[in-house]
Amino acid sequence: MPKLTIDGREIEVAPGTTIIQAAEVLGIEIPRFCYHERLTIAGNCRMCLVEVEKAPKLVASCSMPVGEGMVVKTATPNVLKARRGVMELMLINHPLDCPICDQGGECDLQDQAVAFGRDRGRFAEAKHAVRQKDFGPLIKAEMTRCIHCTRCIRFSTEVAGVPQLGGIGRGEHMEIDTYVTKALESELSGNLIDLCPVGALTNKPYAFKARPWELKKTESIDALDALGSHIRIDARGAEVMRILPSNCDDLNEEWLGDKSRFSCDGLARQRLDQPYIRENGKLRPASWDEALALAASKLKGARPDQVAAIAGDLACAESMAALKDLLDGLGSPHRDCRQDGARLDPAVRAGYLFNATIAGIEQADALLLVGTNPRKEAPVLNARIRKRWLKGKFPVAAIGPKADLTYRVDHLGTSAALLDAIAKGTHPFAATLKAAQKPMLILGMGALRRQDGAQIQAAARGLAEACGLVKEGWNGFSVLHTAAARVGGLDLGFVPGAGGKDIHGILDGATKGEMAVVYLLGADEIDMSRLGKAFVIYQGHHGDAGAHRADLILPGAAYTEKNATYVNTEGRAQRTTLAVFPPGQAREDWKILRALSDALGKPLPYDSLSQVRARLAAINPVFGQPGKRVGAAWGAFGSPGAVADAALATAIDNYYMTDPIGRASPTMAVSVETFLAGAKPRTGTHG
Amino acid sequence: MLADKDRIFTNLYGQHDWRLAGAKTRGDWDGTKDILAKGRDAIINEMKASGLRGRGGAGFSTGVKWSFMPKEVGARPHFLVVNADEGEPGTCKDREIIRHDPHKLIEGCLIAGFAVGAHAAYIYIRGEFFREAERLQTAIDEARAAGLLGANACGSGWDFEVYVHRGMGAYVCGEESALIESLEGKKGQPRLKPPFPAGVGLYGCPTTVNNVESIAVGPTIMRRGATWFSSFGRQNNSGTKLFCISGHVNKPCNVEESMSIPLKELIEKHAGGVRGGWDNLLAVIPGGSSVPMITKEICENVLMDFDALREVRSGLGTAAVIVMDKSTDVVRAITRLSKFYKHESCGQCTPCREGTGWMWRMMERLAEGNATIDEIALLEEVTKQVEGNTICALADAAAWPIQGLIRHFRPELERRVIARQSGGRAA
Repeated sequence: MPKLTIDGREIEVAPGTTIIQAAEVLGIEIPRFCYHERLTIAGNCRMCLVEVEKAPKLVASCSMPVGEGMVVKTATPNVLKARRGVMELMLINHPLDCPICDQGGECDLQDQAVAFGRDRGRFAEAKHAVRQKDFGPLIKAEMTRCIHCTRCIRFSTEVAGVPQLGGIGRGEHMEIDTYVTKALESELSGNLIDLCPVGALTNKPYAFKARPWELKKTESIDALDALGSHIRIDARGAEVMRILPSNCDDLNEEWLGDKSRFSCDGLARQRLDQPYIRENGKLRPASWDEALALAASKLKGARPDQVAAIAGDLACAESMAALKDLLDGLGSPHRDCRQDGARLDPAVRAGYLFNATIAGIEQADALLLVGTNPRKEAPVLNARIRKRWLKGKFPVAAIGPKADLTYRVDHLGTSAALLDAIAKGTHPFAATLKAAQKPMLILGMGALRRQDGAQIQAAARGLAEACGLVKEGWNGFSVLHTAAARVGGLDLGFVPGAGGKDIHGILDGATKGEMAVVYLLGADEIDMSRLGKAFVIYQGHHGDAGAHRADLILPGAAYTEKNATYVNTEGRAQRTTLAVFPPGQAREDWKILRALSDALGKPLPYDSLSQVRARLAAINPVFGQPGKRVGAAWGAFGSPGAVADAALATAIDNYYMTDPIGRASPTMAVSVETFLAGAKPRTGTHG
Repeated sequence: MLADKDRIFTNLYGQHDWRLAGAKTRGDWDGTKDILAKGRDAIINEMKASGLRGRGGAGFSTGVKWSFMPKEVGARPHFLVVNADEGEPGTCKDREIIRHDPHKLIEGCLIAGFAVGAHAAYIYIRGEFFREAERLQTAIDEARAAGLLGANACGSGWDFEVYVHRGMGAYVCGEESALIESLEGKKGQPRLKPPFPAGVGLYGCPTTVNNVESIAVGPTIMRRGATWFSSFGRQNNSGTKLFCISGHVNKPCNVEESMSIPLKELIEKHAGGVRGGWDNLLAVIPGGSSVPMITKEICENVLMDFDALREVRSGLGTAAVIVMDKSTDVVRAITRLSKFYKHESCGQCTPCREGTGWMWRMMERLAEGNATIDEIALLEEVTKQVEGNTICALADAAAWPIQGLIRHFRPELERRVIARQSGGRAA
């Protein structure tokens, strides 16, 4: 390990470390624009120049590997002079339009200019400007502000895997552009906004809306896919202005999918802000007392086996636990949290978890994707797969629909029967899996939603056991969920009780008129026409499919408006933080159920959030360790049986609108128009 | 003056046959097998002993550069890349070598390639050299047909191929790592160093990049010996060298001369003297457009070699001597060079991308006198801000001519400013 001295302090770091990284360890900050920990090194901004003894010139600390006995000085007059020089040159063609720039207040260039800039310009020539560019509905490009650090190019080529950005022209005429003028086709494009150190690439829907110092910043958890990415919610007053990723090496590193970032404008639209009761086919506003009384009377009036509950994709663990306890009190066993109809076996936890863990993908050395398109279902996780793939020696194969996943995939076919072939070793990919030290299988919801989902789950288990995916210290069997609520629901046992009906049974029963009351806890992705004549209570936050069918609406809180627990696809219980209060009379969901239990005369035994959480931990100890990933022991799950030869489908067709928030978001609507328009028929007027 | 018997490029002016048969009569491909039989170390040591310094401009010892290549060829193959992207304004020596003596280069490739453990050489030739590329390819084909290249080249047991790759007209692709990028099919932008090409070069493999002239003199050095070669010129500046003399001389020419020849002798003897006599000389750019100019006073005594020119704060560069007599608008001349560097900056590093344009614009104004006296100091400061702070040396090359101008012709710059301010014509 080389030992070096930086500003008179000695440090020993691993070989291959660069000077800037070593300085960071010592807490010495070296200014930089182009350098970014998660991207390759470009070394072009020249801001990080430092003096190295015996070197003839100043060296770029971001790219210079440390050497034994190196003596580095980061703040000599020479270094400062060079940085001032670079800063001046960086600013000569920069428009200095900070007052109308959205980056203002959180701009690296502004900050560094304070440290290294002159108080006035010496550049007497005309500044040059760059033609306005259209990077699509999500990213606002103001390329005159660009300082050509190429972070955006490197991100889109390396991490996102869509080489659609590049530097065109040379010298002072160099411009960053999509080569053929089109929107950047990536589900991770929003990260360019965070990466851009200046105001060249900014958040288009957020443009001119707020200044960073006006925003209240709340660290929370994303609930729009099953990853549980760490996010920061920036709110002003009662409105969520934007959502940014927050660093978490185990989950999202520092990336965030476009849906999770940009659908926040949907949080302000189509909101249910007071209870509603349907009368004569029309919804009318009602008071909480009236609404709860009606709900109680309907629930009391029905036979216990005529009451059912379905939890949706955004339901938090607290509300599911309360609803489960409430149903238990009523004596109804009919409940399900698998609103998409996935035939997941809830009995063995390892059977529905992403056992390999997201960070574990980087250790895997072979991967089989079954009925999943991770690029659509969890784009950040897909970037992790790509990161692993870029390191090489990582064969990836897929069973299911063909898709561009940004890395090379050996497409084995679409038939689920291939699982058996691989398990039996008759398929050549079996050898690849067996030869691997840490082989991995990702099982998607597309495979499990089928009629024979339980058999497929069993077949995948068979494959995992036959090909050595499960061994001491490694479990490569990984289920990729699409809903933030799902694992939490399964962990809580929000599945049919003894003699209870699952989602298919509930819907069949309701169609036949056997269900008197169906309680939808934010469940919007079911076929509402199958609810028959049942009295539907919808508790949720958006006026989406469920509210349209509902006979009674109880307004709840979205994931940004409550302190709630979600368990991610790996089995990590994480807690969101309330960033803004629910609108109007809407309330946190567990409180609504607690109030309803009062109206029923069977009060639930918890009055505070901590008591609810104690109850959660009592149901499943997983909830007692928030933030920690809790693994599970292997066991027998799924129902062995014949798997139909039908082709596997993917779970998500429209990445941008998978939930009520996305469907209410204007940004998501234009994204669909821009990025998925290819699916629509085009007329002659489409240009 | 260099005797004819000591010239390496005996067909520099193209009077003789450039083809294989003609080249052989001039001694090319003579005993190549025996040279290779001496082994890698012997060749590298001979090159080191000859004191040959790279002829592309930087003047780094060729033998030492070859010795940086890994001793054993590992999993990654070694490559030799020949830099024939001769773009330095005023320089036209490599062009003449390829036109009239291509076999010197090709034989040099084989010897150099063998010495660095490469089985393939890529000659990256400037795109504008269209006919030259054709001729070079013909010569390669001839050599291949004669068994001098290909499998078991020259019967030495060493397999060797030479490929010609045409550039697309970017000056910066003459920088070795930008050249490698371009050769790989990417945008020609210099790479960060370290790693150096000897470790991670073309396609990530160990690579040596040499100038055409450095490679082409190799075979003759091996045949006539390091002592012969180093007998020319001063200590550490040995050998013979092609000089390209252009500008205000009576007979512009390329000539092979001994290193360390006095500049005055070079101009008077080979280029027919300065137009209008020596006293009509204003300044000389001694090493291609990138190096600072020197005035007549310096030109009187300066020797044409790396160290002597460095002592007068200029450089030998590519040894392209650009002579300017007193009719020259020296400010305009440097402004034109500034425009060239602004145009050729790759746009990667901030100082160069922004600075070259700034410097050029200020030069444009200074040429007209449309500036203040203070701006001369500002311009000089900007050249210092740009110099040495970038990945490659293009920024330095853009800064130096201006520094040279300000150093030697500041009164002229001031005169224009004052003339303009007092309502007269500046230039």
